[in-house]
Amino acid sequence: MNDSLEQKVNEIVDGLCLLEGALLPILHAVQAELGYVPSSAVPFLSRRLNLSRAEIHGVISFYHDFRTEPGGTHTVQICRAEACQSMGSRTLEAHAKLALGVDFGATTEDGLVTLEPVYCLGNCACAPSIRIDDHVHARVDSHRFDQLMSALDKTGDVK
Amino acid sequence: MTALRFFVPQDTTACALGADDTALAVVTTAEARGLDIDLIRNGTRGLFWLEPLLEVETEGEGRIAFGPVMEHDIPAILDALNADVTTHPLYLGPTEDIAYLKNQQRLTFSRAGLGDPLCLENYQALGGFVGLQRALKMTPQGIVDEVKGSGLRGRGGAAFPAGIKWQTVLNTPGEKKYIVCNADEGDSGTFADRVLMEADPYQLIEGMIIAGLAVGATRGYIYLRSEYPKAHEMLKHAIKNAQQAGYLGQSVAGSDRSFELQVRLGGGAYICGEETSLLDSLEGKRGMVRAKPPLPAIEGLFGKPTVVNNVLTLAAISTILEKGADYYQGFGLGRSRGTLAFQLAGNIKRGGLIELAFGTTLRDVVQEYGNGSYSGRPIRAIQVGGPLGAYLPEAQWDTPLDYESFAAQNAMVGHGGIVVFDDTVDMGAQARFAMEFCAEESCGKCTPCRIGSVRGVEVIDRVLADDNRDKNLIVLHDLCDTMEFGSLCAMGGMTPFPVRSALQYFPEDFAADRVVSTNRGEQTC
Repeated sequence: MNDSLEQKVNEIVDGLCLLEGALLPILHAVQAELGYVPSSAVPFLSRRLNLSRAEIHGVISFYHDFRTEPGGTHTVQICRAEACQSMGSRTLEAHAKLALGVDFGATTEDGLVTLEPVYCLGNCACAPSIRIDDHVHARVDSHRFDQLMSALDKTGDVK
Repeated sequence: MTALRFFVPQDTTACALGADDTALAVVTTAEARGLDIDLIRNGTRGLFWLEPLLEVETEGEGRIAFGPVMEHDIPAILDALNADVTTHPLYLGPTEDIAYLKNQQRLTFSRAGLGDPLCLENYQALGGFVGLQRALKMTPQGIVDEVKGSGLRGRGGAAFPAGIKWQTVLNTPGEKKYIVCNADEGDSGTFADRVLMEADPYQLIEGMIIAGLAVGATRGYIYLRSEYPKAHEMLKHAIKNAQQAGYLGQSVAGSDRSFELQVRLGGGAYICGEETSLLDSLEGKRGMVRAKPPLPAIEGLFGKPTVVNNVLTLAAISTILEKGADYYQGFGLGRSRGTLAFQLAGNIKRGGLIELAFGTTLRDVVQEYGNGSYSGRPIRAIQVGGPLGAYLPEAQWDTPLDYESFAAQNAMVGHGGIVVFDDTVDMGAQARFAMEFCAEESCGKCTPCRIGSVRGVEVIDRVLADDNRDKNLIVLHDLCDTMEFGSLCAMGGMTPFPVRSALQYFPEDFAADRVVSTNRGEQTC
């Protein structure tokens, strides 16, 4: 970890280390700040939190939310759960992979989108659902998906 | 003339359907016309098929509704308000008279959608914190007795009597005890917890404070799934407001009792909705399931006595303390007392939140409220109770929706999620998905769940490919037995429910000559 990265992680740990069960809030904060949890942060967190590196690696790898490589500018999650299946999400999933040219867990070549599966966004009455960053979209068929993707820009959010 | 009041929900589903654009159009159109208006971003009423639902407060008829209202509909609606509103095609009449809402028995969701979810004055004006004030005058045992008397059972899915759990925590000596709210609502087809947190967050906070008073806990955590960013923002603001108003902190509502509350985010792991795995996750560890005993009520979070209850269980506490155990007990059927928030989802025309006393049938909910499938095709299967719930064919739809009647059918009401599938569904694919989901989300602690689910996917693939079909079906049933009886928690233990029900009620989808409709898996919307 370079100095500026270490300083950022240090500040996060300073702010949160007194919480009970601080590791998850710290990892969420690191990912919110850096976009991912760099593997070089593990030995550092291990020293600061008095946990073994194996314990920290175990937590990072257990939860779907934490990524260890930088992601795209936007994260697009497609719901794979039953309510969305009943409304054609299997077709949407196949279309999304084809349209973006990536599989789940991968980032498009231009670095714009990381595609992920998700199991329920709580929008089950108006399926199929996808989430783009912190916004959920309802009744997304292949056509609507293409519209949403073409509205993505390199920095901001979708309209 | 006073300003005309408009309401457009800020709920996740309403916004997913365009409510933010609708709200913006109300403001800009009114401005352009020089109209003096107030726009309130309320919670949702739960009538998702009508979202974005626009409400206008009128002098004669109270609040009237239009829906679904997109941004381009606003000018014509403003015109209609000055003329005969009833002729507007999106006009729905007085909101409270919409049959979908009017026919419900709303206790927990009585305030949902009425006003700004974060307005404390609004919450207080609608009966908020009355239950807390009453609890502050009662003994801990008195509060626990009230909860026992209500017959309230855990709304997360397991339906364990809440009062008994609280009694155990009260009886267990300990300097430090915790109240943990399970807001990891991971079941597909469920969104009632989310709606409550986004529409009426103070009710949950009130319920948790009362739980703290009852069992002697001074700290609470809401463990919220990270898939709910709006609920997260709402809870953070609500907790801050409740602290500033003196309901949370060193002196709860001016008393000598203290209660602190924090919201914590999960990490996108379904298993963390299981209470012991949730506790490990809250402790900052991998969300691994713990063996029981010891019960969390005796050795829970950080080894301390802990109440773990679902969002709706804790929210119902506010109603029970406000109106009394007898009032709540007066709703329901048999040993299922009170109301349950059913969530109508999937391929359904009128999806939404329906709070009813226990005892209605699935057919009533799906046909009278849901009005049939969204695609217009015949309904073939209904999955009740989330991904671990059974798929039910039409012959089972007259079963009353209560815990015991469903258990008698090897099914479960669970958290009240109802997911409808039309006749294009491939039940072979659904059974395979149940195993695939378990393999993806298993915590890995016990072998039947960790390995059984992986083998389950392989065996179902062989059956569907007609590879040694009969022998593989025997293996599949055997595997289901092993998972059901050998798993540590409900994840592995109940994954066989959707698989077995698919095999039992829809055998044609596993047959050697199975015909997968050309429509199957195709887009239906």
